[in-house]
Amino acid sequence: MAIDILMPALSPTMEQGKLAKWLKKEGDKVKPGDVLAEIETDKATMEVEAIDEGVLAKILVGDGTDNVAVNTPIAVLAGEGEDASTVQASAPAPAPAPAQAAPTPDAQAEGLADRPAPDGRSGTDQMPRAEPAAPAVISNRTTHDAMAEIPEGTEMVTMTVREALRDAMAEEMRRDPDVFVMGEEVAEYQGAYKVTQGLLQEFGPRRVIDTPITEHGFAGVGVGAAYTGLKPVVEFMTFNFAMQAIDHIVNSAAKTLYMSGGQLGSPIVFRGPNGAAARVGAQHSQDYAAWYSSLPGLKVVVPYSASDAKGLLKSAIRDPNPVVFLENEILYGQSFPVPKLDDFLVPIGKARIHREGKDVTIVSYGMGMTYALKAAQELEKEGIDAEVVDLRTIRPMDTDTLVASVMKTGRCVTVDEGFPQSGVGAEIATRIMEHAFDYLDAPVARVTGKDVPMPYAANLEKLALPSVAEVVQAAKAVCYR
Amino acid sequence: MAVAARKAGRAASGAANKTNPSKNPVKKAPPNTPQFDKTQDLDAYREMLLIRRFEEKSGQMYGMGLIGGFCHLYIGQEAVVVGMQMATKDGDKVITGYRDHGHMLACGMDPKGVMAELTGRRGGLSKGKGGSMHMFSKEKHFYGGHGIVGAQVSLGTGIAFANRYRDDNTVCLTYFGDGAANQGQVYESFNMAELWKLPVVYVIENNRYAMGTSVNRASAQTDFSKRGVSFNIPGEQVDGMDVRAVHEAGLRAIEHARSGKGPYILEMLTYRYRGHSMSDPAKYRTKDEVTRMREEFDPIEQVRRRLLESWKLSEDELKAIDSKVREIVNEAAEFATHDPEPDASELYTDILLPTS
Ligand SMILES: Cc1ncc(C[n+]2csc(CCOP(=O)(O)OP(=O)(O)O)c2C)c(N)n1
Ligand SMILES: [Mg+2]
Repeated sequence: MAIDILMPALSPTMEQGKLAKWLKKEGDKVKPGDVLAEIETDKATMEVEAIDEGVLAKILVGDGTDNVAVNTPIAVLAGEGEDASTVQASAPAPAPAPAQAAPTPDAQAEGLADRPAPDGRSGTDQMPRAEPAAPAVISNRTTHDAMAEIPEGTEMVTMTVREALRDAMAEEMRRDPDVFVMGEEVAEYQGAYKVTQGLLQEFGPRRVIDTPITEHGFAGVGVGAAYTGLKPVVEFMTFNFAMQAIDHIVNSAAKTLYMSGGQLGSPIVFRGPNGAAARVGAQHSQDYAAWYSSLPGLKVVVPYSASDAKGLLKSAIRDPNPVVFLENEILYGQSFPVPKLDDFLVPIGKARIHREGKDVTIVSYGMGMTYALKAAQELEKEGIDAEVVDLRTIRPMDTDTLVASVMKTGRCVTVDEGFPQSGVGAEIATRIMEHAFDYLDAPVARVTGKDVPMPYAANLEKLALPSVAEVVQAAKAVCYR
Repeated sequence: MAVAARKAGRAASGAANKTNPSKNPVKKAPPNTPQFDKTQDLDAYREMLLIRRFEEKSGQMYGMGLIGGFCHLYIGQEAVVVGMQMATKDGDKVITGYRDHGHMLACGMDPKGVMAELTGRRGGLSKGKGGSMHMFSKEKHFYGGHGIVGAQVSLGTGIAFANRYRDDNTVCLTYFGDGAANQGQVYESFNMAELWKLPVVYVIENNRYAMGTSVNRASAQTDFSKRGVSFNIPGEQVDGMDVRAVHEAGLRAIEHARSGKGPYILEMLTYRYRGHSMSDPAKYRTKDEVTRMREEFDPIEQVRRRLLESWKLSEDELKAIDSKVREIVNEAAEFATHDPEPDASELYTDILLPTS
């Protein structure tokens, strides 16, 4: 059967080119790989190579022809045993291809010419597309009852956040042999911040693994192991060093489920201290919540209390998705009541009303909660009844609980230690504006870290972080007091 | 549709930075080259031809606008993945970068599914959401398909970590390029792999170029088999154009890894005939260099000659194999051309797995 040789496109943008020169002439035998002709575009010279075997029966576009549209037949190849002299061009040369999405000859042959050409490079504007199903951000505003997480009458024990995190890992490791912990100093040294204390003794070096100082490498090792179904808990000594590894968190862990059409998940937890410690300077003091929270495919959890730290870390380890679990060095040593339950889980994606109030909603998470709670006490003295919402999870964000609270109070202040631009506070303000605009009695106010690298000097560091006074002031401002 | 096209770019003579093709050429098989029996030669021929024809078809479909974005062809390097796959056992894992079509076919993934992913259709292996560089198959133990140069090296080391954690006696073949070999995480991975004696074989596909940069312009140590020396990882340089040499080195390396001795490095001396991706005018090398590699070292031609001369197959018998392969490829192309695009509702699926 005679075969058309078409003018090829070699780049996403090529529409036409010059047929510079034929290297074979009519009647020549050709085999796959033979260079038939040279074509030129404004960018490059390229070769047209034969794929099939046969005889070059007819040249349809001669040497030196300019502006030959992509997909125009330029020659006809006669198959074996065919009489080359009788071969006709199977189709007349079509008009020069339109700029984009010309139906391919194949499509025409199949009667599919009225279907838009499947050209991913041509933009989608001329493609009739169904409206994508909108992600269900706000359902029917059923707010989560965090009080019900701990059954009434449960015995509470006091423990530090550090101990709660360790217990969470130990319980999950007892429950599931696929869970293991890796990171720098997690085993022999018992954790740089002693969070993994006792794990090596109980679970041995197979499951509690000291790594070299190679964040990029061991984050990738963790994700690779997670692809196969293991459930790594990867500890970063602090999240500042996870910058070395962010490629694997973002590109290897968060995106692979999607890119594999649902085949390959990454059940992994990346955890460690995040945000400002004290007097360690700019490279060791940053809140990464906003960064990771901008990524579809990741969950981002930031606990404040010990009981949330425990219940959320257990949920994170069981979650089949990658979870970034942001802890705080200053909170590690703080004590909270934790329920004495065999298997205490806190759901990811649910905020908690930490303190009920009617005048203003203060939204925060993690370390920010320390400012928010103290500010609420101050405000009470001045007759302002603040409701404090602990987000606990930054992604997926519990918009329902936020919105319900603001519908009640009509005012909102956000508190976090991150940078102001594109920060978590900015995201909360947007959601409130989108979903509760009519209920607002004042613009949402943000209290954030200042827009500067973290200074070292004690006084400057203090100024760079949010303060209770700033939260009080912001709350009074939105209450017009 | 009888052409593939290739930007080859006329080599400006005397241009700087050109590699000398006579330097570090792929060595011709020495007389003591391992031999294949007839079945092995036939298997290798079929597999390599399938990859070659599939890639030519991909190039052609790219030219027709059916395939978008980046498309990196494996033409010229077929012996590497085919020889290595012939040395594996069931359950062994594979991971590679973005030049991945050949690896997927060699792992036994459905050519239709691969081609339909290239065209971004719903029947693609990733439902059209991954594209040429991002495909996976748990069933065939193929872990991608990764677009970040070097990422697959840490990931592959992690897969090997999981093999050892489970003690399942499998190895992970981790393929990467000469360019990727200069990434820092490669050495972080080498260190951990040897430290923990992980069952991983690092297959460095040295095709002499990373995009437009020749090996000697980017690498202080151009003998990549030595890149593991400071970690005590053994390495070998292998004629990556001779499927028998690849296979034999593969057996040795895989056995080493499987037996608990830790990682092994194989540097495959190979060559890509086409540009880095479809829109590469390839001005950084001479036409003579390409022609010489194709004419003297072509991996498929080598096997073809043996089939004719040593195994006395007739031209007709080879033709029959060719048509069978062509049929598979045409079927894949046909499917990939007419399969519908994914439904718009797929935009929001596969982002997170449901929690139980
Ligand atoms: C981290 C990263 N940097 C740069 C690129 C762009 N890039 C894609 S392929 C490539 C060259 C890699 O060459 P090599 O490893 O030799 O593999 P080959 O293409 O020869 O198979 C580059 C620089 C990338 N994808 N990822
Ligand atoms: Mg290369």
